[in-house]
Amino acid sequence: MAEKRTIIPIGPYHPLQEEPEYFELFVEGEKVVDIDVHIGYNHRAIEQIAQRMSWDQVIFLVERICGICSTSHPIANCNAQEDLAGVEIPERAKYIRSIVGELERIHSHLLWLGLAGHFIGYNTLWMWVWKYREPVLEIFEHITGNRNHYAMMRPGGVRRDIKEEDIPYLMKVLDELERKLEMLTKAALDDPVLAARLKGVGVLTKEDAIKYCAVGPTARASGVPIDVRKDDPYAAYDLVEWNIITREEGDVFAKTVVRILECLESIKIIRQCLEKLKKVKGDIAVNIKKMPPGEGKGRHEAPRGETFHYVRSDGSNNPVRVKVRAPTYVNLPTCKATVPGESVADAALILASIDPCYCCTERMMRVVDRRTGKMELDGKDLIRLSQEKTKKLRRELGI
Amino acid sequence: MVQKDVITKIKEALKGKILFWEEKSPRRHYFGVKKTDIVPVAKYIFEKAKARFIIASGIDTPKGIEILYHFSFDRQGGKIITAKVLVPKEKCEIESIAPVIPGAAWIEREIQDLLGVKFLNHPDPRPLLAAENWPEGFYPLRSEYRDEEFYKDSDKENK
Repeated sequence: MAEKRTIIPIGPYHPLQEEPEYFELFVEGEKVVDIDVHIGYNHRAIEQIAQRMSWDQVIFLVERICGICSTSHPIANCNAQEDLAGVEIPERAKYIRSIVGELERIHSHLLWLGLAGHFIGYNTLWMWVWKYREPVLEIFEHITGNRNHYAMMRPGGVRRDIKEEDIPYLMKVLDELERKLEMLTKAALDDPVLAARLKGVGVLTKEDAIKYCAVGPTARASGVPIDVRKDDPYAAYDLVEWNIITREEGDVFAKTVVRILECLESIKIIRQCLEKLKKVKGDIAVNIKKMPPGEGKGRHEAPRGETFHYVRSDGSNNPVRVKVRAPTYVNLPTCKATVPGESVADAALILASIDPCYCCTERMMRVVDRRTGKMELDGKDLIRLSQEKTKKLRRELGI
Repeated sequence: MVQKDVITKIKEALKGKILFWEEKSPRRHYFGVKKTDIVPVAKYIFEKAKARFIIASGIDTPKGIEILYHFSFDRQGGKIITAKVLVPKEKCEIESIAPVIPGAAWIEREIQDLLGVKFLNHPDPRPLLAAENWPEGFYPLRSEYRDEEFYKDSDKENK
């Protein structure tokens, strides 16, 4: 029934991430046959604004790119500026950077996990996971003064120290979180409904992951073992022991597992860094007096993948060019490879599985019949569709 | 030793196509490529040398639009090598690398919107960021771009 092709627009406004997206699903019956992505609805010209700011201000500006992984852009930009200036940051600052970076990974992954749970109709999972995430934000408030937008990074080091007397409190929170995460891992891995619902859905093959230059958990769940923290170590990532988590399957389930297990690795990293903080004393930053003319490239493994920053200086107080590449920019086009062939009930979940797009599924507008222009479904209906599919699976499995 | 091999291999394989090579630090390299050579160079680095394409970035310089193609060798020492290409403003076009590297399709569309570089043989050359009714000849990241000029006409209409 090719003439009954329907277009489902998803979006367009998704101001949470740096990339508001608008998806057009081309549907035949229940099956998605093609997908088109439009972005640029909320372009904030960050790169151009950065050209009018001083080097210090740029860090604050890029921190505002994203509200969830708000420290990943500052770390990447600091790395770029330090590469440009040829500066090595003090050891203590390295540990603090890694601690902040990893705490952020935990809270970002948990946020995603909760939303994914809600989407497939596991509202208990959603509530629980967000409850577990709360102490992480409290840590942030305690050590940086803010639950988000921590403003901890500065070119040459970090802005604030982590006090010795706070370390036991942090350790305690991490211990509790680890126990809960382990429980969650077991529950998720053993759940027959989750397996039936997520396994084999939206598979991104290794070849496609490489072809589309995917990064982060999206690539690692497809068996591409890349991680900037290991490959191009910065901060304290080469000074502590940890593993890269990979999965071969490339489906939504694999992406979920990678994210949960990464949280546990993050806890491992933070613990070692906190131990080191007890021994390593000294400055937390070096001053960069003047930016020399030249270029710098810096990156950071953000929760969603590699964040890349390129800076160019002419020796003045303002950058000539700041180029920002967020991980979503390369992960999002993979939907061309993963969504076609899947059902409408799964499409939004697959789009959510690379992490950025979840919120746009909340803002899904409607399903429109291409010929009549009649509205068929809205955003809530699509979530309902997805939740109903899980319920149906449950009944079939007799749970 | 693995680290050295990648760079030496590329230098040997692309001999004659590399205009200059600059090693900023052991893990950060820059090299110049002629505009006409970018597709074979990108093809070699992506397919043979197994690098990952990170992103391209365009810069408006007094000599023309400079496009930088950043490639990463993830499992081979974490190096980032950057191919620099200069595109003159008079004939602002360059061959697209998107047919070779699908991951480059979006950024080429973005550079087209923001800097007005035309990518030849691009599989999907629609605007990426610019709105459908974006006027022609306004490229926000070019140095001559001024907001006032862009809003001039709409002001008239409002009056």
